[in-house]
Amino acid sequence: MKKFSISNIGLAIAAPLAAAIFSIIVSSLAVIATKKSPIDAFQTMWEFGTQSGSLMEVVNTATPYYIAAIAIAVTFRAGLFNIGVEGQLRLGALFSCYIGAMFVLPPVLHVAAVFLISMTFGGLWAAIAAYLKVKRGVNEVISTIMLNSLAGGLSAYLLSKHFALIEEGSNNLQTKELPASAQVPDLMPILRKFGVEDQPGGGVYGMFFVAVALGLIFWFVVNRTRFGFELRATGMNPIAARVSGVNSKKMTVIALMLSGAIAGLSGLPEVLGQTHSYNLGFRAGIGFSAIAVALLGRNSAGGMAISALLFGFLEVSSRALELIDIAPETYVIMQGSILLSSVVAYEVVRRFKLVLQSRELAKAVHA
Amino acid sequence: MKLVKLLRYATMLVFVLASIRVITGASDLTSVGTASAALLLSVPIVLAALGGLFAERAGVVNIGLEGMMILGAWAGGFIGSKHGPWLGLLAAVFFGSVGALIHAVATVTFGVDHVVSGVAINIIAAGLVRYLSTILYQGGSWPGPSQSPDVNSISLNGLPVLSGGHYFGWKSPDLLGSIANKQWFFISDLASILRGLTGDLSYVTVVAIAFVPLAYFLLWKTSLGLRLRSAGEAPVAAESLGVNVYAMKYLGVLISGGFAGLGGGFLAIVAANHYQENQVAGRGYIGLAALLFGNYRPGGLLAGAGLFGFADALQLRDSAAIHGLILFIVLILGFVAYRNLRKGKQLAAVLSLASAALSLWFFFAVEELPGQLVTMTPYIATLLVMALASQRLRMPAADGMPYRRGGLR
Repeated sequence: MKKFSISNIGLAIAAPLAAAIFSIIVSSLAVIATKKSPIDAFQTMWEFGTQSGSLMEVVNTATPYYIAAIAIAVTFRAGLFNIGVEGQLRLGALFSCYIGAMFVLPPVLHVAAVFLISMTFGGLWAAIAAYLKVKRGVNEVISTIMLNSLAGGLSAYLLSKHFALIEEGSNNLQTKELPASAQVPDLMPILRKFGVEDQPGGGVYGMFFVAVALGLIFWFVVNRTRFGFELRATGMNPIAARVSGVNSKKMTVIALMLSGAIAGLSGLPEVLGQTHSYNLGFRAGIGFSAIAVALLGRNSAGGMAISALLFGFLEVSSRALELIDIAPETYVIMQGSILLSSVVAYEVVRRFKLVLQSRELAKAVHA
Repeated sequence: MKLVKLLRYATMLVFVLASIRVITGASDLTSVGTASAALLLSVPIVLAALGGLFAERAGVVNIGLEGMMILGAWAGGFIGSKHGPWLGLLAAVFFGSVGALIHAVATVTFGVDHVVSGVAINIIAAGLVRYLSTILYQGGSWPGPSQSPDVNSISLNGLPVLSGGHYFGWKSPDLLGSIANKQWFFISDLASILRGLTGDLSYVTVVAIAFVPLAYFLLWKTSLGLRLRSAGEAPVAAESLGVNVYAMKYLGVLISGGFAGLGGGFLAIVAANHYQENQVAGRGYIGLAALLFGNYRPGGLLAGAGLFGFADALQLRDSAAIHGLILFIVLILGFVAYRNLRKGKQLAAVLSLASAALSLWFFFAVEELPGQLVTMTPYIATLLVMALASQRLRMPAADGMPYRRGGLR
């Protein structure tokens, strides 16, 4: 079925292109509404965003988005929707920082242990939603949203009442600092070899490699293994999957818990690479941006990588807008409009493809 | 018959709450203030759930209620502070409908997955209002990037004779209020809850509650309602009988957005007196949960919303009352254990009995719940209620399915 004809490639590009154009129009209108020039805005963003210091930040912003988007894509492929990544990654990061700082292990082992703790708590938190779905028939979208709010309250309570160090004269609550063996070094030593100069504000988080590896594993498992096939079968046609011997309840539980475990990892790049402890300033909203990244990237490993980088680029480069008196929040408009228009454009292209297919079929039958 | 049963349950509930109040000394459990706050906090959830009702009955899943409420709350704060509260509410309805229009275009016209479109709308709405607030703040017309100027309040009134309202310059006696102050066990509890529900009401609250029977009438007693529901039950059959299914779906989703927007506007204008970032805080989703709890029926969603409103009110007013509520959970779990034992499910009975014992231990071990945990009450209530209620639901048969005229996929 798959042919590399010009029309196929054209169709593949059509949707993202249309979405990008729509987004540029909408955000231009938003800028014009504040009596500023959109061309200045885009130019400023491009110039600032392509500096090597900014590019490093783009990658650092995109890394957790990408990992969290993979977590969401796992459930999407199984016909589920885990909106609870935000809560799962928060609890994962909190517990892994708290428990991880209690002991010392050899460097690589310690990081692996922290990963494991974070994945365990993320997975267990998602297991609540899985239990409610399988045993009580509760829609996972609503339960994971409620669990997000619960995770917010629970982590605030645990941090302030139990996990935080009491420091004299400091308002910032934080867990005990992770020992050096649990910290992930940044990639400057490698980048320097390629002629990249040091930038103020640090280099690229080491967990960038983890994100890349996860992307490859995700692609391989979903597309090339029996488990991945069963996962996709459950998502595409649950009844057909069940008839052919897939235990759909088991798949639901596995998909949600696996998703929670991966979500647990997505809270770690900044924690292990920079702050080395969980504190009140823990970055909020990763889980929600990741939903947009997953939708934009069509739940494919490559697509999500591109959209994670795009979101990171928009977020970082828009900071320069302040210099020319435009609200940096303009990037939310860009992200929102590109998300909405791409979701619609993908569907239009899908329908158009169906029409083409049925025409070809009709031709083949009558010929 | 049904009404008698309902009244019996309600009386039992008040009796149990009154008993817990006496045992634990958590006087806010049945106070006038709690009942009144519960009503106030139920209204936005009722409105969101009504919004969900119209969309889902027309066959469109509307997770985007949250985003539409955010739009409504923002518009309520923005327009309300400039042009008065009533225009603010109108603007809230309009903004909610605009969000709904996007949802309708995406799902009905273009066939995008309903949940995907709804979640996208939630993300976009939150981003859009943040952008707009920032611009207004920079323009110097807002006090902060996350807060609108104050909105004038809408006046309050109560039932005549019973709850001390005022009509044309006449101040009515406050019968329920005086009984509530008598401290008689159960009778005063009942009176103070009724006083809280019928006294010092905002006119918007009255209108919002009146929408519930109105929605029932519109959806189940008119031909328009029949057509709208047929679009959610069997769109192909409806189309073959001449119903314009697309139009019905658009109508359902637009009404849905209007209600959600009004719910948001209510939060900004009546429940508070200005818009604030994160004001909606998941109430759109809770509204949807109330609708599911109420089995996609107006009366049911009212009960669900009341429950969440009560949990929310207790949480806001008094953490001691929440502590008392743990005892209530012990009672429910004990009841569940008894039911399981009767049905011969030993394991389930033992498990629920163990949870009951654990909750009881928690009740005695912890003197007062810390604030961060108390704020979790409405969300825990939602999860628990969903877990207990979800199994007997009957959603509209074609709810959430993409539909194309002529049966194309």
